[in-house]
Amino acid sequence: MRRLAFIVPVVVFLGIAAVMAIGLGRDPKILPSMLIGKPLPAFNLPDVRTGTGGRGLASSDFEGKPGLINVFASWCVSCRIEHPFLMRLKAEGVSIHGLNWKDKGDAGARWLTQFGDPYDRVGYDPTGRTGINLGVTGAPETFVIDKKGVVRYRHVGPVDPETWTTTLKPLLDKLEAEA
Amino acid sequence: MSAEIGQFALILAFALALVQSAVTMWGAHRRDDALMGLGRMAALLQLLFVLIAFAAIAWGYATLDFSVELVARHSHTTQPLAYRLAATWGSHEGSMVLWILILALHGGALAVFGRTLRATFLARVLGVQGLLGAAFLGFSLLTSNPFARLSPAPLEGTELNPLLQDPGLISHPPLLYLGYVGFSVAFAFAVAALIEGRVDAAWARWVRPWVLFAWTSLTLGIALGSHWAYYELGWGGWWFWDPVENASLMPWLMGTALLHSALVLEKRGALISWTLLLSILTFSLSLIGTFLVRSGILNSVHAFAVDSARGAYVLAFCVAATGGALALYAWRAPAMRTGAIFGPISKEAGITLNNLVLVVATATVFLGTFYPLLYPLIAGGATITVGPPFFNLIFLPLFAILLTLVGFGPLLHWKRDQVKAILIRLRWPLGLFVIALLAGTFAFGLARTLAAFGIALGVWLIAAGGLLLVRRWGIGSKTAAASWTLVRTTPVAVWAVALAHAGLGVTCIGITAMGGFEANKVLRMGPGDQVEFAGRTVILDSLGQVIGPNYQADQGVFRIIGGRGPRQLISERRFYPSSQTQTIEAAIGPSLVGNLYISVGDRDEAGKAVIRLWNHPFVGWIWGGSILMALGGLISLSDRRLRLGAPQRSRVKAGRKTAGAAA
Repeated sequence: MRRLAFIVPVVVFLGIAAVMAIGLGRDPKILPSMLIGKPLPAFNLPDVRTGTGGRGLASSDFEGKPGLINVFASWCVSCRIEHPFLMRLKAEGVSIHGLNWKDKGDAGARWLTQFGDPYDRVGYDPTGRTGINLGVTGAPETFVIDKKGVVRYRHVGPVDPETWTTTLKPLLDKLEAEA
Repeated sequence: MSAEIGQFALILAFALALVQSAVTMWGAHRRDDALMGLGRMAALLQLLFVLIAFAAIAWGYATLDFSVELVARHSHTTQPLAYRLAATWGSHEGSMVLWILILALHGGALAVFGRTLRATFLARVLGVQGLLGAAFLGFSLLTSNPFARLSPAPLEGTELNPLLQDPGLISHPPLLYLGYVGFSVAFAFAVAALIEGRVDAAWARWVRPWVLFAWTSLTLGIALGSHWAYYELGWGGWWFWDPVENASLMPWLMGTALLHSALVLEKRGALISWTLLLSILTFSLSLIGTFLVRSGILNSVHAFAVDSARGAYVLAFCVAATGGALALYAWRAPAMRTGAIFGPISKEAGITLNNLVLVVATATVFLGTFYPLLYPLIAGGATITVGPPFFNLIFLPLFAILLTLVGFGPLLHWKRDQVKAILIRLRWPLGLFVIALLAGTFAFGLARTLAAFGIALGVWLIAAGGLLLVRRWGIGSKTAAASWTLVRTTPVAVWAVALAHAGLGVTCIGITAMGGFEANKVLRMGPGDQVEFAGRTVILDSLGQVIGPNYQADQGVFRIIGGRGPRQLISERRFYPSSQTQTIEAAIGPSLVGNLYISVGDRDEAGKAVIRLWNHPFVGWIWGGSILMALGGLISLSDRRLRLGAPQRSRVKAGRKTAGAAA
């Protein structure tokens, strides 16, 4: 009985290691969401900045043109690191939609005012429900949506120049060329 | 050429690490002094070759050798030399070599200063260290080669992320690694003890300085990282519950528990198997932190290399090291008899309770950090929110309990104590706590009782720390001359505990004040505009362009009238053309009672900029308290009794408590 107590740590640890191994096998960066190849779940979100009616984000906004959804939150440090690059993309004319995820009150609005707004449209998802439907596990994440509103790619973590030029940009160009 | 020398040195170090572990383990088994001596030599040679490899990377950066891929990826001709050298550990590959270097330094230090340890024990410790070294060297060689060449070599490199070009971040990783890697010594000590089947008070006395050193470095490293986030990210926070921060917090919490349980083991011979378990787990959490940051399994600020081969290697290593050690623990530890017994109200019991709270806190951070990984497995049903809300919800009550205990701990008696006697002993801190709570509630209003409670807890800790010294000095009960003698002869251990615990109280006040009374305002301002904020008048004197060595910046110069702190503040928004990134250098007007924090944002056509103003009451206390805690650690390290050479004295006495099951 006493011996049993000493075995518990190793059993618990092996359990944790198994979960990590599964997580590693899933490799969130390459083979991501269960939603890949499926249409966006239906959502219609308001803008976090009140008084800018009509600038919210809905699943129906992705028709006829491929698009990006960038999940961000004011409490997320990686989002802060990613932000300047998104501003640069905006300056280059790239259209990005934002999903302000699990932010309290107008924290997201303040973020956009202070650091700049790289987004075409921003949806406010304070409960995180839409994020969960999209399969978001943390911020930042970026989804690539094709002309038919189908999720084609999910990138976990900050978008940086390398991911942009090697993955996201080529994919967007390809989707643009699709019928 | 230097890259090839470095590569070769790294391979040699790998071979030496294998030799070190095999020779010492075999030598200890055979009790062969020559073999064990050879192992010590291997540890020193390993250190030499790792140093050469590290220097080779630094040399590449110093000479801007863009034919080395690592150098090309993290430096630029306009990057100042200091930041080029700091780039040595600013990348995944380079920081791995820094990690290995620190591990080798610990191995070398053990080989040199560990001579007073029992020879077979030292050999086994070095054997475990050698295995760890080989594993990390293998990781570097197989998955993260820092010496890969580029052909053709580019004419210009991509610079180091400008957010990392900062004095705070130059020293942050080395300090953190001193902490992480330092705990490997406790791990090696625990494994060696399990192999030998004996642990005694002398073991705890040997291991405690190493744990203290690691803990002190980690405390400073975490505080520095938090301060960097505060002034460099430009959004006024100091802790974000980011996976990377959690990766360092978990070993810190567990290491704090280890520090205290090792004390009980040293003084009273109790908590043997618990201390061994903590030694294993503390280092394992450092390893898991590495796994977290380098596998790409979770998002992180550092956005370090994302590669599942690396993740697989580190995970396999984690399983081998931690799983192996825990299996050994399950096998050997039950046979080790627990030492002295103690009453339910005693210093031992207090420390045990503190250990339990710390372990629960660690488990909470662990759960919160790995939730995104666990989520798919338990998909559906209720969800926990990751991010600040989850941690705040769990941490507030846990820490309230912990901080209350910390005040009591040092003033409890060993073995057995009486509740009534304790309350009388602590009447002053308890009284101050109640006064602070009432005064705070009165001043801030009932709605802010929580803030008043936090500040009262801080007061309680500082008072309890102070009481330790007051009692020791006999103030109020002895003559001035007698007290002065007592002041001069106060053992360092008393100073250390008083400082570290009061430091925790100072940090607690900073955190509470920052959480409860932070205020901010966002507005557009042009030159000449002024605003009333937090009892001050803030005037934007000018808004202009300045050119730095490798950046250009929008610079806002502010004049402050009223309040405390400097009269002029300068905030910059820098743009680094070579990496096309932008950083915000916040203007911070620090003072003892709080900081005024200003950041300059986007500028519009009319020439006005988005200005964000913060008032951060007592925020500096967060880091000031951390420095006091670290100071406590350093003072404690200076204790002669803890010197590495000292332990034998206690051997005879400790032999009585020696656990059974001879190897």
